[in-house]
Amino acid sequence: MLSTFFAVLRRDLLLAWRGRADVLVTLAFFVIVVCLFPFGVGAEPNQLRAIAPGVLWVAALLACLLSLHRLFAQDHVDGTLEQLLLSSEPAVLWVTAKVLAFWLTTGLPVVAVAPVLALLLDLEQGGLPVLVISLLLGTPILALLGAVGAALTLGLRGGGMLLALLVLPLFVPVLIFGAGAVEAELSGTGAAAHLLLLGGGLAGALALAPWGCAAALRVSTE
Amino acid sequence: MLEAHDLACLKGDRLLFRGLALRLEAGGLLRVAGPNGVGKTSLLRLVTGLALAEAGEVRWRGTPIRRDREAFHRELLFLGHAPALNDLLTPLENLRFACAAAGDDIDEQSCITALARIGLENQLDLPARVLSQGQRRRVGLARLFLAGQRPLWVLDEPFTALDVTAVADLAATLSDHCEAGGMVMLTTHQDAPFARAPAVLDVGVYAC
Repeated sequence: MLSTFFAVLRRDLLLAWRGRADVLVTLAFFVIVVCLFPFGVGAEPNQLRAIAPGVLWVAALLACLLSLHRLFAQDHVDGTLEQLLLSSEPAVLWVTAKVLAFWLTTGLPVVAVAPVLALLLDLEQGGLPVLVISLLLGTPILALLGAVGAALTLGLRGGGMLLALLVLPLFVPVLIFGAGAVEAELSGTGAAAHLLLLGGGLAGALALAPWGCAAALRVSTE
Repeated sequence: MLEAHDLACLKGDRLLFRGLALRLEAGGLLRVAGPNGVGKTSLLRLVTGLALAEAGEVRWRGTPIRRDREAFHRELLFLGHAPALNDLLTPLENLRFACAAAGDDIDEQSCITALARIGLENQLDLPARVLSQGQRRRVGLARLFLAGQRPLWVLDEPFTALDVTAVADLAATLSDHCEAGGMVMLTTHQDAPFARAPAVLDVGVYAC
């Protein structure tokens, strides 16, 4: 049963490696968006420090959104998605594998680069661990919710814009608690509550999103 | 074994066909015929469970296919119009993934043998994007050699882009599968040298 899961995971990671330019583009987008803010709001360190958590989180969210449409598009065009839907294994398995591969190639690099960019924005070092933990908990939620949106808008004309309209409102709570965690840690109230809420959100998304995504894919390919 | 009755298919807001019935017994070879746009591919998608019929029901071994989807898909091999190849992967990687995704546990050596048998032994390590149309089609068809345990084969235009010898080989493979008690349902506009003349289902008769 797990062989399907690992086959899809291995294939998607291999494809990400063969087409690694796409992964680098996402990462470069993240870096450039963050670097734009000092130009826009001025290089006053206090100001940058104050907006740093929000800027990093919004940039991470946009980077994730930028690559979401790629999640199922190629498989839809070349017929692989049909074959996966005809698998004798439950669709939830391979959907989860695809989202995991997507997060490993999009979310994880963003999480890895975020602390460096946080230093660029002069975020206090005490906030760095919380920033990384909040991103580690939050970006998988973005990937899972985004996958449902990507499945629903599959094959539609102007699907990319529709996808953004559909999932960005759903990303708002993640953004609030993610950026809020860092601010709470820096203001001394402790980030535990925010991180626990993010963890709960991740557990909920992990339990429900793959089912929603599989159902949406069946509808979209019909 | 495979039966459908009173099928109707709606595409967009146009009714393609209605009242369609079919029955396929073990050893049967059914050719779905009809002019372009009459709904042959749509019928195959209904039969495989990829699409939902507007009316009517498809049954496999007496059970509606929607009720026990996974058991039905374990016995089904569907090769659609798109060959399900990723351009960045080699034919071997594509074939191994296709088998694993379908839920078959097939080792690399069997995949190599299947690809060699269909005439791709020199293309094993090339990325699929450099293959010709006919060769891409063959990679998809190589799964037929690895799917003997799946009794129902549903093939959408399997002969397209194949050369004359490949068409004859494929027809022989399909005839052998039927001989062994399997079932084949296919669409084609070509006359292929089957061992036994296939039953013909003309969708045009049920067109609206």
